[in-house]
Amino acid sequence: MRQGLNIVAALTCAALAASGGASAGEWEFDGEIAGEVRYFPQSAQFPDQFEHWQPSLILQTDLRWKSDDDKHQIVIIPFGRLDAQDDSRSHVDLREGYYRYVSDSDWTLLIGAAKVFWGTVESRHLVDIINQTDGVEDIDEEDKLGQPMVKLSLLKDWGQLDLFVLPGFRTRTFPGPDGRLRFALPIDTENPIFERNARRGAVDYAVRYSNFFGNWDVGVSAFHGTSREPRFVIAPTGGELLPVYDRITQGSLDVQYTAGAWLWKGEAIVRGGQGKTFFAGVAGFEYTIYQIFEKSWDLGLLAEYLYDDRDDGFVTETFGLTSEAPFTAFQNDVFAGGRLAFNDTQDTSMLAGVSVDADDSSLSMFIEAERRLGQNWTAELESRLFFNVDPVNLANSFRDDDFLTFRLTRYF
Amino acid sequence: MSNTLSMSALKAALAVTLLGASFFSLPASAQDQPTHADDLMARGDTPESIKGYEIAARSDRSDAGFGDSKVEASMVLRNAAGQTSERSLSFSTLEKENETVGDKSLVIFNSPRDVEGTALLSHAKILDPDDQWLFLPALKRVKRISSANKSGPFVGSEFAFEDFTLTELNKFTYAYVGEEDVDGMMMDVVDRFPRYEKSGYTKQISWIDQDIYQARKIEFYDRRGGLLKTLTLSDYREYDGIWRAHKLAMVNHKTNKETDLIYSEFQFKTGLDEGDFVKGVLQRIR
Repeated sequence: MRQGLNIVAALTCAALAASGGASAGEWEFDGEIAGEVRYFPQSAQFPDQFEHWQPSLILQTDLRWKSDDDKHQIVIIPFGRLDAQDDSRSHVDLREGYYRYVSDSDWTLLIGAAKVFWGTVESRHLVDIINQTDGVEDIDEEDKLGQPMVKLSLLKDWGQLDLFVLPGFRTRTFPGPDGRLRFALPIDTENPIFERNARRGAVDYAVRYSNFFGNWDVGVSAFHGTSREPRFVIAPTGGELLPVYDRITQGSLDVQYTAGAWLWKGEAIVRGGQGKTFFAGVAGFEYTIYQIFEKSWDLGLLAEYLYDDRDDGFVTETFGLTSEAPFTAFQNDVFAGGRLAFNDTQDTSMLAGVSVDADDSSLSMFIEAERRLGQNWTAELESRLFFNVDPVNLANSFRDDDFLTFRLTRYF
Repeated sequence: MSNTLSMSALKAALAVTLLGASFFSLPASAQDQPTHADDLMARGDTPESIKGYEIAARSDRSDAGFGDSKVEASMVLRNAAGQTSERSLSFSTLEKENETVGDKSLVIFNSPRDVEGTALLSHAKILDPDDQWLFLPALKRVKRISSANKSGPFVGSEFAFEDFTLTELNKFTYAYVGEEDVDGMMMDVVDRFPRYEKSGYTKQISWIDQDIYQARKIEFYDRRGGLLKTLTLSDYREYDGIWRAHKLAMVNHKTNKETDLIYSEFQFKTGLDEGDFVKGVLQRIR
């Protein structure tokens, strides 16, 4: 967070200096505040975990400045959550805090903390590697920590090329000892281990080319740096897990073919640096039936197959019992889901899905629903359920952590 | 959370896409002789179809040369009980290179706040589906989306997606019906029939005035042939020979719901070019 504060201070000075000049630009401030309750109907599986109710408060503000000619931009978006049950889930993060220069439309330079998304599929975000996962927020890996970066983007008629230099590696956040949705042993996030040429403070690098060719959208990326996914080792005390971060090199490809109501999607990675070089991929489709039942509702049907051949079985290494590669739950899995959009004034929508492990039949289900209330409020409902979890499946730690979340957000 | 969010944002954005295109931009300075290559299929070969085509072409082509435009808009949705909800949007449009393609447009949502920053980039086509990308600001995700949903409404509005590309000349075949005096203004009445797939309409009837050659009213007939909606275009203002309606009121006769689309002052020739309408620009909107 100290790094975040430094970024904010530098940006504020830059903005004040710029806005003090002849070009005053335009400031904009808004934000959102939300109250959230998570309910876990089952009793906790592990000692120290809280029972049943988990209320929390979320605040995110959004401060922006843009010069009159739109060439200079400053964005500052701090985020904070206060959680009544899990101290590790109470946290603040600078989601975005950057200065951006936009040249006469063919290159852009961004300096500061930012979020970047790569990928096409829905069930897992394999190629999306720039930002660290904010693991206390949810287990879907869609919440991300702000990543310090210098990013140069070239937008040419031959496509888009993004070059990244990424100082300031962020370690992953995990629920604390009191929290639900954790492993049998809690994770000591204060004492990460850097191994296999990784070291604290190392700079990471990435490059991405993306373009579209008719109905094909294609992205090719390469990353060299600290793995966002840690392995784990049991701490010398025996009561905790320590995260272990390795130096990796990863190449990836993401594609989408759009044909009428069909979207065909695929993502694949090859990663070296964590045991044997491994391959992982996700491929599937999304097909939308418009105006079902002669109403204005649209139903999207999704199906994806997930494959990962990493070696995440236990081995003994220098610092004790660990695995060659980080654990994954997606070695051989099938995802199917449906998305219902009501197309009403309140943008009401629902998404439901089920993931099945094709090896051991462990199953998890989720449902998400959302609706706007008036002009400035939204209500969201989320639930995740675990069934038939095999004792050796990664999800076994979560087998008693079925939950239902209700979130009410006010925008200002 | 983000997946559902993305879907509703998608719908919201789609809502708008078309608005950006050259829709309600019917034309002024009429040219009787077609200087562009006519699409013979759209023109037809009966006297009625040729005359209808020529009236539509006079409208469409008087818009030629607008270059690019920027405009702010608000959309007011009203249900049968009179309750309203509002959206505000910004449109940027780049004129098509020729009549075989459509305009390029970028639409950005400013409100409601939960979809603020959502943006949609469209490269419009004539008979093929448009290329469209959606930007979801919470995830920073750019997503290529299907544009097959021509007849779907968006976010409870009474505009269908296809309603926003109504003036693309070659999307229809035509039939001249006759003249009509409406409130002291002489109008040409022209029937038109969608040529593209998946339209929700069998027919539209357009009233085009004989003074500045602008569409003043359009009736939409559904797949069963019944009158579904009426669009009234008003508050026309001229910008160096280019006419723009500033109020578009759509009334649905089946549901009694209404949607008003109200534009602020248009800005033309703002210096936008092809580079401002590539996929990559979506990532620097927010």
